[in-house]
Amino acid sequence: MATLELRRVSASSAPAPGIRLLPIVSKLVDTSTCIGCKACEVACQEWNDLPPETTVQMGTYQTLPEMTPNFWNLIKFREHEDEGGLHWLMRKDQCMHCTEPGCLAACPAPGAIVQYTNGIVDFQQDQCIGCGYCMTGCPFNVPKFSQQSRRVYKCTLCVDRVSVGLQPACVKACPTSCLQFGTKDQMLEVANKRVDQLKANGFANAGVYDPPGVGGTGVVTVLAYADRPELYGLPRNPTIPLAVRLWKGPLKSLGNVAMLAGLVAAAVHFVRFGRKQGGGSGDRAQ
Amino acid sequence: MNREPRIQRYGLSERLVHTVAGLSYVYLLLTGLAFWTPALFWLAAMLGGGFLSRMLHPWVGLLFTAAVIAMLAAWRRDMRTTAEDRRWRQAIGRYIRNEDSLVPGAGRFNYGQKAFFWLMVWAGLALVLSGVVMWFVDSIPPELHVVRTAATLIHAVAALATIGGFIVHVYMGVAVVPGGLDAIVHGEVSEEWARHHHPLWFAEMQSTKGSRERR
Repeated sequence: MATLELRRVSASSAPAPGIRLLPIVSKLVDTSTCIGCKACEVACQEWNDLPPETTVQMGTYQTLPEMTPNFWNLIKFREHEDEGGLHWLMRKDQCMHCTEPGCLAACPAPGAIVQYTNGIVDFQQDQCIGCGYCMTGCPFNVPKFSQQSRRVYKCTLCVDRVSVGLQPACVKACPTSCLQFGTKDQMLEVANKRVDQLKANGFANAGVYDPPGVGGTGVVTVLAYADRPELYGLPRNPTIPLAVRLWKGPLKSLGNVAMLAGLVAAAVHFVRFGRKQGGGSGDRAQ
Repeated sequence: MNREPRIQRYGLSERLVHTVAGLSYVYLLLTGLAFWTPALFWLAAMLGGGFLSRMLHPWVGLLFTAAVIAMLAAWRRDMRTTAEDRRWRQAIGRYIRNEDSLVPGAGRFNYGQKAFFWLMVWAGLALVLSGVVMWFVDSIPPELHVVRTAATLIHAVAALATIGGFIVHVYMGVAVVPGGLDAIVHGEVSEEWARHHHPLWFAEMQSTKGSRERR
């Protein structure tokens, strides 16, 4: 993606250079039609040409316990039992592409995390210094630190494909149209239609997960139990952590003013009172 | 040339440890400020780039911690607050205005030095504990996310506290107290200097003269 499409740049006091207007894109994940086939996991690995990960037998239909620096798209599997019987809950764990990205807010390396005007949040590993602040800033526990390169990796929303008019690899591979890609408005429309269907089918609490605490997300998820996102391992009301907001907001301003004030106070003291008299110079060569 | 007799104020090991602490602190300060605000990221570029700064910062932090522990071992007794210190503290305004004749005499360290010392010890403890969490942030399980965020905040607050103390410490030692820097670098001061700035310590040194040899 081009410079003209940069909406936000990490650790930059200058305005982002993006002026090109793009529609906000979004990926729809309809958890109710996911069959857990893992085609999206394979497509992600293949398109991004990532080194294979050794799978872990967890006794469930899940490939690995967590995403890794080489594995950016993991179907999380959970069982849920209620009056209606046993339900398999599949959730696509990946970067949510927040409208207000906590990773970007926390990042101290200029240009290491960017957000494009279409909403995609992307890591520029060549600018990454490996501090892990993004992992602290992310409310979804997404960025993964590579011990090998000492930098951080995550889903790019296939920015390379999207920028040339293709849909993300995972969406392309999905056999049930559980994954769809388009503008955010389109995806919300599809999602809401699907929620109506689910409600008609007895899932009274079905809904769309597009958490407002992070300004909404670029990955819109349909949940049959939207009243309990934690059933899927999703945070109920994700926000940029308060400590991170304090640290990058008021504390930073206050700290900078205090440090400057300290230097100014020393200068003023020196002009007003100067060096102490008496006791000699104390130096060896007097 | 003033040929007044000189006495030893800091032994060689004290001076070396202080030098290690000072240099490692300056490195931590400059790289830490680079991570603190984009406006100062150029400091990291100046010191070999952001990646290298991030690589070395925790290791230098351990070096600084070791130096602080050594200083704690060497100066713990000298840094205890005494009754004289409380009188000195009440007259701190006069000390600041350089009206030294109206300030109660200080021992080996005056109350300001002691306050700075304990500030560095306690803030240093907070910095090393929160720093280890930040160093191994990917080892902290997501359920304990609050530990990550708290560590980041604590690290910043503790660092700011040390910066305040550091500005005063360096300004006093270099600009306000003539011979202060020379004493901590070379170890010796004139008797006149000792009598003026640390009269209680000077008296103690005189009374134990000959029987006491500092390292």
